[in-house]
Amino acid sequence: MKKTRMVVGLSLVAISGLVFMAADHADAPAVTGNASDITDVYAFQGQDTNNMVFVVNTQGLLTPGATAMAAFNENVMVEINIDNTGDNVEDLVIQAIKRDNKMYFFGPVAPGTTGVNSMVKTNAMAGSVDISQYGSTPIIATANGMKFFAGPRDDPFFFDLGQFKAILGGTATGFNSPGTDTFAGTNVLSTIVEVPKSLLGTSSTINVWAETKKKQ
Amino acid sequence: MKTYKISIVTMSLLFAATLLVSCDNNGDSPAASLDFSGTYVQQDQMARPAINTVFIASGAPKDAFNTAIPSAMGASYQSVFQSRLLALNSGYTTNALGQTAAQLTGLLATDVLGVKKTGTTTFFDGTNVLTGRALADDVIDVELLLIFGGPSGTSNPRLTKDNVNANDKAFTASFPYLAAAW
Repeated sequence: MKKTRMVVGLSLVAISGLVFMAADHADAPAVTGNASDITDVYAFQGQDTNNMVFVVNTQGLLTPGATAMAAFNENVMVEINIDNTGDNVEDLVIQAIKRDNKMYFFGPVAPGTTGVNSMVKTNAMAGSVDISQYGSTPIIATANGMKFFAGPRDDPFFFDLGQFKAILGGTATGFNSPGTDTFAGTNVLSTIVEVPKSLLGTSSTINVWAETKKKQ
Repeated sequence: MKTYKISIVTMSLLFAATLLVSCDNNGDSPAASLDFSGTYVQQDQMARPAINTVFIASGAPKDAFNTAIPSAMGASYQSVFQSRLLALNSGYTTNALGQTAAQLTGLLATDVLGVKKTGTTTFFDGTNVLTGRALADDVIDVELLLIFGGPSGTSNPRLTKDNVNANDKAFTASFPYLAAAW
């Protein structure tokens, strides 16, 4: 009996594990549920059309009750990579990392080395911002023509992931209408930076990706 | 005269506050004592939405993809993505962009987000294709359409949109753009 219960419990864990995979939310075992897990990346023109906005969200599917306790990790850097020569190798990086109650931003600057290993470009500090607290007005800092934010936000991603999993699992043949947003009512930890386009090089297009990197 | 004095005081205070704020933001002195040393190693990587989730097998392969670099992804992952695409949609011929299975997966396997430096930035808005990713973009419908919709976008109609068309909170026009947490 005890064993049966345990098996049922484990199956539920396995099922919820399946259900709670998302845009990239909790996509892989090594990062799921920790500060390194990137849920979504956005890059769009700012309200001031001379600027580009980069959003990197981490730690997805935070319930309102869990959000106040969620925190950035001082050993995990968020790095926005920008290729402006079309070879999918980063020519510029924007780095963000927490120290005490602030998020510090560096760049856009050429990386010391490209690829999986990075050091903080301390000679290219762009600014810093107090990390916004759950339930408080967002704190925005500006410096060097850039704007900075770090803290909890509503997860902007929307998807009927539950139904998609049912389709993949063979228990449904299509989406429902209307669908159900699996991410409704959940939060993420956002790192947001707005940058003058003039700091991103002279190309007409850029390739962008985000990475989390952990101190060894 | 009194009013004048007050406004001078107010202005000085404002000026001082501004100075304090900008010193703080430049971060030179407070940051000088902070330790940013060490080597930081890649744990996760992401550009286009849902790519790892949809195209990479569970467990160790997802970790491996997350620690790959984009310039090496195409060679390592195009065939993996193509097998997965054909498993999802065995009737795949081409999609609404005219891409063969090899072309679509060749594009997706290198996980970078193309962003235009001038004009509209969107995953797809009916006119512009892959010029960025805006908050309100229904990226899942775009990907479903490209995977399941066939050359005219009309195949498998119950699989080409999830009927969740917008976020559950409105975005703001100004920085930080994302809505307040629930």
